[in-house]
Amino acid sequence: MKREKMTVLSISPLAKDTVEMVLKTKNAVRKAKPGQFLYFQLPGHTLRRPISIAAIDKESGTVTIIFKVTGKGTELMATLPPGSVLDAIGPNGNPFPADENGSNAVLLIGGGIGVPPLYCLGKHFCAQGVKVYSVLGFQSREYVFYEEKFRKLGETVIVTDDGSYGEKGFVTDVLHRFKLYDTYFACGPLMMLKAVTKQLEDVPGFISMEERMGCGIGACYACIIEANTEEGYKKICSDGPVFRAGEVLL
Amino acid sequence: MTSLQVNMAGLTLKNPIMPASGCFGFGKEYSQFFDLNKLGAIVMKAATLEKRLGNPTPRVAETPSGMLNAIGLQNPGVDNIIRDELPFLSQFNSVIIANVAGTTIEEYEEVAKKLSATGQVDALELNISCPNVKEGGIQFGQDPELAKIVTERVKRATHLPVFVKLSPNVADIVSMAKAAEEAGADGLSMINTITGMQIHLPTKRPLLANNTGGLSGPAIKPVAIRMIYEVYPHVSIPIIGMGGISSAEDAVEFLLAGASAVAIGTANFQNPCICPEIIEELPKVLQKYGFNTVEEAIGKAVNR
Repeated sequence: MKREKMTVLSISPLAKDTVEMVLKTKNAVRKAKPGQFLYFQLPGHTLRRPISIAAIDKESGTVTIIFKVTGKGTELMATLPPGSVLDAIGPNGNPFPADENGSNAVLLIGGGIGVPPLYCLGKHFCAQGVKVYSVLGFQSREYVFYEEKFRKLGETVIVTDDGSYGEKGFVTDVLHRFKLYDTYFACGPLMMLKAVTKQLEDVPGFISMEERMGCGIGACYACIIEANTEEGYKKICSDGPVFRAGEVLL
Repeated sequence: MTSLQVNMAGLTLKNPIMPASGCFGFGKEYSQFFDLNKLGAIVMKAATLEKRLGNPTPRVAETPSGMLNAIGLQNPGVDNIIRDELPFLSQFNSVIIANVAGTTIEEYEEVAKKLSATGQVDALELNISCPNVKEGGIQFGQDPELAKIVTERVKRATHLPVFVKLSPNVADIVSMAKAAEEAGADGLSMINTITGMQIHLPTKRPLLANNTGGLSGPAIKPVAIRMIYEVYPHVSIPIIGMGGISSAEDAVEFLLAGASAVAIGTANFQNPCICPEIIEELPKVLQKYGFNTVEEAIGKAVNR
């Protein structure tokens, strides 16, 4: 975890309110692992914005992030032209256990802006020869992104809440179709994570959480989640954002 | 060579810069970014007698030039802090200030006693100003009589210098400051956060789960400076100033208003190296405005 200046190489809209940004970095690209996040400072804003890493390209020295425009900070971020320099801390948090996992096949379950870190993870698994299945849920057609990229990793099902693209329903409606995996990895809205962890209670899994953060490094106790531990809580920024399913109380 | 050394309340600080309580945890996280020995002092996150789990989330919200927080004094409890956190902090040669919180006078006393007995703490900061807990905290900081009683009792429970951290959420800050001094306080810390609220438009509800939170950051800097300026002529004990400091210039403003040292809070979140950067810049800024030492600048803006 270091503070560094990153240069915006490209920025492009992916879907409604959804932006992909490729950043040139010296430190983060060498250290980052799937599931970790970068913590960006934006001019005129007090708090940094935590954004997960969607791709790591060690050869070109770049990381890709995908963020949703949800407020003034991300609005500003979406207008930064290539060549802009961003102050970032990272990589923060703990990654998905992708190396020591020993999986033969994994199921990725993403909802909305929870999809990007799973792409990073899926690519990592693919490169290791692990079979990857994906279920991605979006609000509606205009919010869908990265479908083709996920299809290249393996069998992929897209669902939308209103049925305007892919199949109508929630990710939990189609999970039963996948049987040949040993671990799942999920990232998305809290309601989705609750439903997924309940439905897949008997399967080992990992989830990635988000929360409004203060320091982003574990010092301020802003992004706390209740946990089944002696302490009774975990810090999402530094103990997470990835947790073993069941470790934290959703 | 500009001297940054500050002597106050029997403590010698190599410089007047310290991270503010609650914004720096117990130091470990920030030690990944810089050598904590650079700090004049380190103020620990508040300790209560038992562990506290704090408020529901969301606990923070960004505001114009600042932020709201409603952590709710989450901490592992004083015994765990002494066992798990203090040994790490005691390896540094900076002054260690422990922040003491509670819901009853007895709790404040007990926490103060335990921390004093470690021999690893140099001073106490009495937190009678946390706006985010239902009981205790701020209620002692809004009534001069209660502030007096809790300060007196804690003073009797410790041999360490006690800084009373004042709340800005009062009508008359001077009477609070005088009450603390009369009760034997060795110094004042001012100011804690200002109670505020933000409404989340999509849900049409307060954004923070606690509804209200404490406002910090540059937004409150003028309030802090005004209060220090008002209190300074009325007390003879030193003041640790805080509230939105994010540069060496800001720090010097606080010194001129009457602070003997300053604490950096919210700015740590923007820049984890802000404290050492301010320490580095401070001699230049002091020189620029004609001061050879920190002590020369203290209270210079005030007609005492």
